Order: sequence, then structure tokens, then C-alpha cells
Amino acid sequence: MAKLKSPGELEALRSSILKKRDPGKPCITVCNGTGCQAYGSKSIVAAFQDEVQKQNLGARVDVKAIGCPGFCERGTLVVIKPKDIFYQRVRVKDVPEILSETIGKGNVINRLLYTDRTTNAKVTKEGEVPFYKRQMRLIIGNNGLIDPTSIDDYLAIGGYTALAKALKMTPEQIIDEVKKSGLRGRGGAGFPAGSKWETTRKAHGEPKYVICNADEGDPGAFMDRSLVEGNPHRVLEGMIIGAYAIGSHEGYIYIRNEYPMAVRHMRIAMEQAEACGLLGENILGSGFSFNIKIKRGGGAFVCGESTALMASLEGRVGEPRAKYIHTSEQGLWGKPSNLNNVETWANVPLIINKGADWYAKIGTKGSKGTKIFALVGNISNTGLVEVPMGTKLREIVFGIGGGIPKGRKFKAVQTGGPSGGMIPESLLDLPVDFDELTRAGSMMGSGGMIVMDDKTCMVDMARYYTTFLEGESCGKCIPCREGLRQMKYILDGITGGRGKEGDIELLEEISAALFDASLCALGSTAPNPVMSTIRHFRNEYEAHIKEKKCPAGVCTFEAVKVK
Amino acid sequence: MVKLTINGREIKAAEGTTILYAARENNIYIPTLCSNEAVAPYGACRLCLVEIKTARGRERLVTSCIYMAEEGLNVQTDTEKIRKIRKMLLELLLARCPDSEVVQDLAKKAGLDKTRFVEQTGNNKCILCANCARTCEEVVGVAAISLAKRGVEREMTTPFSEDFSEACIGCGSCSYSCPTGAISMEDNKGKRVIKWPHNTMEFKLRKCSVCGQYWAPEKQIEYIAQISGTPISDYDACPDCRQ
Repeated sequence: MAKLKSPGELEALRSSILKKRDPGKPCITVCNGTGCQAYGSKSIVAAFQDEVQKQNLGARVDVKAIGCPGFCERGTLVVIKPKDIFYQRVRVKDVPEILSETIGKGNVINRLLYTDRTTNAKVTKEGEVPFYKRQMRLIIGNNGLIDPTSIDDYLAIGGYTALAKALKMTPEQIIDEVKKSGLRGRGGAGFPAGSKWETTRKAHGEPKYVICNADEGDPGAFMDRSLVEGNPHRVLEGMIIGAYAIGSHEGYIYIRNEYPMAVRHMRIAMEQAEACGLLGENILGSGFSFNIKIKRGGGAFVCGESTALMASLEGRVGEPRAKYIHTSEQGLWGKPSNLNNVETWANVPLIINKGADWYAKIGTKGSKGTKIFALVGNISNTGLVEVPMGTKLREIVFGIGGGIPKGRKFKAVQTGGPSGGMIPESLLDLPVDFDELTRAGSMMGSGGMIVMDDKTCMVDMARYYTTFLEGESCGKCIPCREGLRQMKYILDGITGGRGKEGDIELLEEISAALFDASLCALGSTAPNPVMSTIRHFRNEYEAHIKEKKCPAGVCTFEAVKVK
Repeated sequence: MVKLTINGREIKAAEGTTILYAARENNIYIPTLCSNEAVAPYGACRLCLVEIKTARGRERLVTSCIYMAEEGLNVQTDTEKIRKIRKMLLELLLARCPDSEVVQDLAKKAGLDKTRFVEQTGNNKCILCANCARTCEEVVGVAAISLAKRGVEREMTTPFSEDFSEACIGCGSCSYSCPTGAISMEDNKGKRVIKWPHNTMEFKLRKCSVCGQYWAPEKQIEYIAQISGTPISDYDACPDCRQ
């Protein structure tokens, strides 16, 4: 594969790929993301490939393993293109029937179709599935169209057009566009990406670094995993555009080691991009060079914090540092560095292709674009949900999410992972918006959205998150290390029937110190689960402490005398 | 030079001075535990937190050991908020090191004589300020000890938590730099014994060829000779007896 030396050559390659493809030819796409692999998708892919070969059907149908499109509740997902016939809960034993009935005779297999719960009618097309239909899948939607290990697939859907377009713009124009779009970081803090790029570009010091944070550590969050596993080229494209705009020639992608498929797929994507001249020296003949290295995390949630991540990249222990001097000025090895989350980078090609004005029409005044959420917990439709900012939580939980299963009642939804807070029923009409969620005592976070039903003990949830954070604290500063230690003792006590009068107030006191005095955001946001549950579910705490009762029926107490 | 205000007093500080040093130069007290002039600021104990308002009006809480003095900065070192935070930090620290006189002393100054929290047992006096490890790495250059593990498991230890550290030269800089006396050092009868929280090491002391006094560990002298490229015979006599 000769390196492409101009945008023209890129388009020629794209045309030649498209010419060889027949859009009318049936293609069996099987989700082979991590979630569906747990359902046995690998053997389904193999079975399809084997059967197609055995029955000599290669000329009639293609088989493609794709990344996670998001409806994880219904895995293994199989979509037959081009008719978009949507089969769910597919098992290996269904393979021969799908081939003989659907591919062979054009018949739809009813028992594999999705049933719309409100109308009780069967849905045939993927686009009609309510879970997908109610979303705006600008980013995750492409996962259903490509084999993530095929750069040809990515080129066939228009991949790298944004890069070609960007290379014809000036770095300042690109930064302007990103600023105008209103793109805010998707990693949790929501900092304006364009401003960060501009500060890094203007900072003094060479070389400049561009970093992708793929350390996704929030329990229950898997948006970034699905993006890197399912569409690594998109993330790459965003990074290359960013590097060009910032004036950086060296980049790092920091992927948590617990995501081996993501590491593997990103490596393949990088090799392919380099072979095509889309990454590395003299990209598309523009004279701009940019090289990326993948570094894997060692198993620490705290390394998702940008300064700890950079320490880890430098080979030091993953501990945060005080951010009085921004990493845009002094970051990796003391040089100007721009760190962004996977989803932030994935938004960039869209902004360049469609323009900032188009992008800024989506979302709210303060939060533009879409956000991908990992909707998990006590919810009917577990999976990845992409909606425009401003969508109400109620729509996500009850509309797209299908509400609470097993006839139970909604109790709370947790956004923002361990740094976020619990949102009760009374606040379900809150829109997903960076500032609105923060005002309500939670935060957007990276996108984890955990739904809890009435059989969940909120004190136990607070204890869970505190325990998690105690274990993940780097241990450097006193408020976080010792504060979380003591908070855990108190919460263990309350859920164990040893709660005392004054425990709630003590938790609040320690929380105040963590909030004000912690060195990094792990510590300063650690009180959120505790404080938000005290705020919205104080009665549960009091029941545990005063009556030694757990209203949700979860906590088993040691034998205590009840008044 | 930059002009800033600390507790209402206008002071001048050289560029590149931290708020902490600027305050100390002007006899303004800010408590610290992990700060040490010999090593880079660490920002771990958080006791030196101060409230600042920049010239542009941005208000925040920062550790004065790291934040540089800047023109027009307004610093408050002893507000109600700061006192509350310090009290809580010391109350938490008291629970970690109930036997440390240094912590008890600081706590008393903050108005605290006991802690409401669960006390750690057998922890002795290590407050994890990392002065020892930082000095060993940045000043001595051998990095014989370090802080290992994460969060509440964090501890000062040797490589692989073995009983000894091969790289240790017995110089005792860690003991000098420890603010709470968690590392002790004693020279007796030709031997130096350094006691760390989890292990003890012994070092043979070198005897002065002139006065016969034991003056430094053999290992330390070997190290100094090696890094300075001088012959070991240069160190036969102790510093007092050398010509």
C-alpha cells in the first residue's frame, strides 16, 4: 500500500474502494464488541464465516464483525444489511436458520425480532427500534457500519475527509472552528476544547504533546471502550486534526490495560493509517508529521486524572500534581500538552466536516453537541445512549431506557461515576447539561449513568463509592487518604447497624475538608455520592442510625436491639 | 520583585518565590509538615493552604508551598475557613498517628486535643509526607527508600519490602528530614542503627585513623568516594583531623 501523497489520492483510493463494493449485496453484521463477546458473539461470527464458506455463499453474502452499536441488553446483535433487518439475542444455533431463511429465501425470522414493549408489535428495521430511534447517534452510529480492523470500511463511510479538509485550513482556522462549535471536554470536567487547544498552541516550549485519555475508570462506564474498540480511526482522525491545529508532532494514547481489544484495535488502526500516509511523516503530502505511541495503564483509576496520567506516561508513579500551572503551559515532561478524552477527539471530525455552526445548533446554550451515556443498572434497555445535550434525564431513563424492569420503581440515577451524585425522581426533568447537573449536586462526568430501583439502599451505594475511592486514592494528600478512610469506617458502621447520632454531621464535616483541601479532583469530588444521598435520601440514613432498619431491605445488620 | 499582600500587609518578594517562603521571610507563620527547603515542594499535607485572590479577581484555595508569589496577589493565611480545614486535617492526622508528639502539638495549636475518628494502631509516627524518600532521591541521589502502594495502604518502605535496602548508604538524611521522628538514627559502639517504620538497618562506622572516633558509615564514605571520583584513602581521617 503506497502512502497517499495528497487529498486527491485519498479520494481516488476511496472511490476505488467504493467501486469494488456492491451496496445491494447482503451483509451480515455481527456485533463483536466486548459486551456481545460475553454473549458468545465470537463463535457466531465464526459460525457464519464457516457456513458461508461451506455453502459457497461468498458471492451472495458478506459477513462482517462490527464494534458495539450500543443496544447491549439485546446482544448478540445481528443486523442484515442493506435491508437493516435487526435480529437480537442471537445464538450460535440461530446461524443456519438465518442463512437459509433470511439470506436464502428473504424471510424474516420473527422470534429473533425485537418486540416494541409499548405497541407489542415486532420491529424489523434497526432504525425503527425505539431504543435507537429516540437517540441522535452522530458518533456511536458509525459503529454499526464498519469492521473496526478495516481502514477500507472507515474510508468507505467518508473517513479522513475531515483530515483532508483540515489540512487545507490554517491551524488558527481550525481552532476557531472548534471554539465556535462550543465543544466541551467529554471526560468529565467539560472544559472548552477550543480554548485549551489555543492555549497549548500559544504556549512556549517544544515539543508540544497531544494526548488521548482512554483510561476510562468509572465503574459502569464503557463509552470510550466502545469507541476505541469499534471506531479507532475516528479517534485517530480527531487527534491528527488537533495535533495539526496545536502544532504538535508527538502524541500518546493512554489506554487502560484492562481494555485489551481496544489496545489491539487501536494498534491495528495506527498501523493501517501509517501505511496509508494518514499518520506519521508527511501526512497526505502536506508536510505535517505526527506520530503516536500507545501507552497502557497499570490499573489505577487515579491515572484518569490528567496530571496523574502524564506522570504515568513519564514512567513515574501515577500521582496528580497541583494544577496551578496548566498542562497547556507545562504538561508532559514540562512541555505544553493538550489532553482530551476519547469522545472529545471523536467529535472533532464531525465539527470539521459539518462546520461549527451546524454543530452548535445541537444541544443547549452551554453544552453543545451530543453525549454518549452508558446506561446501566436497574434499567430495561442497558446499553450506550447518545443524545443531544439538553435531553431530559426522564427521556433517557424511561423513554430510551425503557424504564425499570421487574415491575420495580425508579429510585435514583447516578451520573458522573464516583465523582457524581445521585439524582432522585423529583429531579428527573433535569436536562443533561454540564452546568445543570453540577448545580443539582451531581456532574456530567464521563457518561456513566447508573439507574437504581427501590430495592437499592442509598446508604449502601454511598458506601460502595466511598470504598471504591478509598481503594483508588493515590494516597498522597491527607484529606483524601485519611478522609475517605474515616468516611468508609462510618458508612461501614451505618450499614452494619452500628451507626451513631452525629454520624451524618461527621460525614458532612469530613466532606467539607475533602472538597476544599484535596490535591486533585478525585478527592474534591469524592464526597459527592455521600453528600447527594444525604441531601436527597436523608431519611434512609436516619432509619439505619436510629431504628437500625434498612428501608430498601438490603443491609443485614448484626443482631441489635431495636427500640 | 513582585508586590503582594499577606493578611493585609504589603510585602515584596523575588520572582520565583513561593507564598510560603515569602511569608516566612516576613515572619508570617503558616504551618507545614511536608515542606522541606532541601527538596522540591510536594503539596501533600495541605496544612499550608491559604486563601488567595489574584489581581484578576480569581479566588481559590492553594497550597502556599507551591503557588508562586505574583504581582497583586492578596493572601489570607488564617481565615475561619482555613482554620476549619486545618483543624479537620489535624484531626484526621491524629487518628493516623495518635502517638506523634509533633502532630499532637500542631493539633493543640489548632484547638484540638483529641480526635473523634478511628485511631490507627501500631502506626507509630509516619505521616507519609515523603520527606525521607524525596531527600534520598533528590539530595542524596540513591533513592534507597520510597513510598509504595496506593491510598490507605501507602507506606514508606524498601525495594520489594525487603528487610534491607541495598542502595542505602546509611547517611541518615532521611532521619534528619523526617518531621515527626518516625525514622530514628543512633550511633553506638562502631555501629549506626537506622530504624524505619518497618525495618531496621545496621551500618558499620568508619574509624578515624588519627583520633580513633567513629565518624561515618563505611557505605556512605564509599559512595561519596565513588561519586566524587576521589580515592577512599582520602577518608582515612575524620573531618576534624584532616589537614
